[in-house]
Amino acid sequence: MSTATHKLLKGATGEWEMVIGMEIHAQVTSKSKLFSGASTAFGGEPNSQVSLVDAAMPGMLPVINEECVRQAVRTGLGLNAQINLRSVFDRKNYFYPDLPQGYQISQYKSPVVGEGEVIVDLDGGKTVTIGIERLHLEQDPGKMLHDRSPSLSYIDFNRCGVALMEIVSKPDIRDAEQAKAYVTKLRSIMRYLGTCDGDMEKGSLRADVNVSVRRPGAPLGTRCEIKNMNSITFIGQAIEYEARRQIEILEDGGQIEQETRRFDPNKGETRSMRSKEEAHDYRYFPDPDLLPLEFSQAFVDELKAKLPELPDQKKTRFVADLGLSAYDASVLVAERESAVFYETVLDRLDNRARDGKMAANWVINELFGRLNKEGRDITGSPVSAEQLSGIVDLIGEGTISGKIAKDLFEIVWQEGGDPRALVESRGMKQVTDLSAIEKVVDDIIAANPDKAAQVKDKPQSLGWFVGQVMKASGGKANPQSVNDLLKSKLGV
Amino acid sequence: MTDLTSLTLAEARKGLADKTFTSLELTDAHLSAIEAARVLNAFVMETPDQARAMAREADAKIAKGEVGPLAGIPLGIKDLFATKGVRTTACSKILGNFVPTYESTVTSQLWRDGAVMLGKLNNDEFAMGSANETSCFGPVGNPWRREGSNTTLVPGGSSGGSASAVAALLCMGATATDTGGSIRQPAAFTATVGIKPTYGRCSRWGIVAFASSLDQAGPIARTTRDAAMLLRSMAGHDPKDTTSVDIPVPDYEAAIGKSVKGMKIGIPKEYRLDGMPAEIEKLWSEGAAWLKAAGAELVEVSLPHTKYALPAYYIVAPAEASSNLARYDGVRYGLREQGKNINELYENTRAEGFGAEVRRRVMIGTYVLSAGYYDAYYLRAQKVRTLIKKDFEDCFAKGIDAILTPATPSAAFGIGEKGGADPVEMYLNDIFTVTVNMAGLPGIAVPAGKDAQGLPLGLQLIGRPFDEETLFSLGEVIEQAAGRFTPARWW
Repeated sequence: MSTATHKLLKGATGEWEMVIGMEIHAQVTSKSKLFSGASTAFGGEPNSQVSLVDAAMPGMLPVINEECVRQAVRTGLGLNAQINLRSVFDRKNYFYPDLPQGYQISQYKSPVVGEGEVIVDLDGGKTVTIGIERLHLEQDPGKMLHDRSPSLSYIDFNRCGVALMEIVSKPDIRDAEQAKAYVTKLRSIMRYLGTCDGDMEKGSLRADVNVSVRRPGAPLGTRCEIKNMNSITFIGQAIEYEARRQIEILEDGGQIEQETRRFDPNKGETRSMRSKEEAHDYRYFPDPDLLPLEFSQAFVDELKAKLPELPDQKKTRFVADLGLSAYDASVLVAERESAVFYETVLDRLDNRARDGKMAANWVINELFGRLNKEGRDITGSPVSAEQLSGIVDLIGEGTISGKIAKDLFEIVWQEGGDPRALVESRGMKQVTDLSAIEKVVDDIIAANPDKAAQVKDKPQSLGWFVGQVMKASGGKANPQSVNDLLKSKLGV
Repeated sequence: MTDLTSLTLAEARKGLADKTFTSLELTDAHLSAIEAARVLNAFVMETPDQARAMAREADAKIAKGEVGPLAGIPLGIKDLFATKGVRTTACSKILGNFVPTYESTVTSQLWRDGAVMLGKLNNDEFAMGSANETSCFGPVGNPWRREGSNTTLVPGGSSGGSASAVAALLCMGATATDTGGSIRQPAAFTATVGIKPTYGRCSRWGIVAFASSLDQAGPIARTTRDAAMLLRSMAGHDPKDTTSVDIPVPDYEAAIGKSVKGMKIGIPKEYRLDGMPAEIEKLWSEGAAWLKAAGAELVEVSLPHTKYALPAYYIVAPAEASSNLARYDGVRYGLREQGKNINELYENTRAEGFGAEVRRRVMIGTYVLSAGYYDAYYLRAQKVRTLIKKDFEDCFAKGIDAILTPATPSAAFGIGEKGGADPVEMYLNDIFTVTVNMAGLPGIAVPAGKDAQGLPLGLQLIGRPFDEETLFSLGEVIEQAAGRFTPARWW
């Protein structure tokens, strides 16, 4: 594992370093909302999942959903973060039609989760550690619908009151690649934990990105915040654009105005939303309807004991126990589904110690390669983990060669079926019968006396003979046996 | 049958159980009284059909021997309590004709125990006021008048409708709420008994919020016993209000008549204000003497932060109110005044829907929570609050069982007489009561005498957290000594 160096941007007057911090809004996986019993299911008829509390009817009071608290604590533990046994819900006051109470219940001064860190995997097996500032629980607002009428806006309150975790990073991110990898890793951790489904298209994961630039090593520059990004690709594009924009201003002798910006994916540019002067005064104060959120260390310990194995732990185990490279291990653990698939393959193997590493290669190279080519993901793989472990078993025990195995993989992909039965029925078995191989070897040597004579002087030409024998056997001859026989017959 | 309205709740309970009269008769008597007393403007919504239906249901149950603790007892409900299917406005124009689809926890417990709803009672708009003059339905008249005067006086506020209706024999008891004195001050102005229980004793669910950390529901009744009966039904833990406390509700009525011998009663020196009318001073001494005669021990105590309570209260309460009232925006329910854009809609709706006092408090609250002012105002007020709470804790830690104070610095005053030029003049009405809300303690106001003009005056007893029983025992001693006071009917 080596620590990554980050990308610097070249300007007209020299190099610039980006400083990036992120606020991720992750929708908590829970059946009901943060402070009401209404359903959180996606895609319901507008305003069909709204309780009296969500609609802020007079006299209604919030009641904390304990499952959301557990999910936040689990996520905090997954981020190796400080869990605060006492935290406070505050009201963030502002007027907007999608906010029925006229305030959002959030956590301001005392969040449920404090400082932590995330190890982010970069290309080539490198990693970078990004600090977590805090994680707090808050309510999602409703959704404005502006396209139903030319003169009126409609509001769907179904989302209103759904629990969000706002995860704030430290300004430790230094380029767009790191930023993308950070979001990817956070999403992965939360999917392992089952605390957020990470579905960015449905809005379950959104990011606000703070970007500033400075000369390498210089003090922090003025930042701009790009709001509400819902795609990892756009996050990368927005950061690149925003950093370039700021560098141009600075190199022209200008100053960066602290402001909130929006990214336009069609034009690939960020645009100003509101300046610092226009920023709201949210008048935060502790919500008097809610007691401070308090729980015991035992509550945290119990959740900790039941945490699933997380990607970093899994990666370490794969490297230590199975001898996988750090890179391969990180590819396998990047998504929970991939890791589950690989581990199912491992569980089914006849000889996991012998073939575990080969199984990793097959999952990464053959399966992922093929899935990528067809734009499918692991959950829609035509080849099951059981089938793939069958293929790997057949290679490992010497029943088929790696080359035949690729053909077998193709058949299983296209037609399905049990690999062992297919090898049997289609005669794909490797020939290990020495007398049968010997006959082919003798025939090839007899047919090529000149080449046979040269082998002693040019040992590398042995490979030509191996190829000929394999070709004649239809790839079924055991390559090791062919090699051994040729060597003895040709006197190499 | 008009005599029925002059019964106490406890007497009516007996009459109903003995089948001397029916709930329908009792209810009709009150409905007639309400009709005849419309000049008082105590009710903002009369629900005679519902009242009779509930009374018939109660009679049927009584006939079957199923007698709930309040079976067949007709009550008035402050318009701050959400009542299912019955217009609930908090006496604000901004709620318009809002009809809740839900019933507040407190009122649903009253109906569970067999009570009958006569209608909704007037109050200061969003409970902001001390004279019931800020209601969008207009002021409420106090059934009491100065001797030889025709001037209509205020019943106090914000639960002015509740106090007026109970004093004028329009209902046997009423629900009320108290954020800074809104139960105790009107009770004192009308010679009724009002108790604000410990914060967390009654559920706030379904009560239109004014200042969430201070609001508590409680009853206004004609006697201490009646108040005890009502509170028993109103109180209790509610999982829908996480600030409500999960401890059993005692039989408060059992505390009535219980000996107060050996109880230590604190007399706080800080409540002896400069310029306090001599008759208030006299009333206070009389109350102390009655308690002493009943065997209690009087102890002078100190509550050193009392003088900061009112200013701190007028920061904390408006701060919470400014946020609590943000939901009245014209978007989902209630009044909507159109505008060219969403901000204009908000501005027009809230300017038109809120009265002057509510607007003032929303502005004060917004100001004290603003960036740059929060620490100097809101945070400082919260620190004061902690100190006030500690004053009481120190006092109770020394073995004090309850504290005796005047309920108000004066008797009732005329409509429009106070606060016109300076709102602080009106706010000073709460000088003896706000400390109790700031500390979350129970406080009861009981009638104790009359001033020189024949207007009722009350005393306040402040208790330990969740020790309402001691307050009822002590309140009963004062009631027995002072006697009961009924206004001469002029309406």
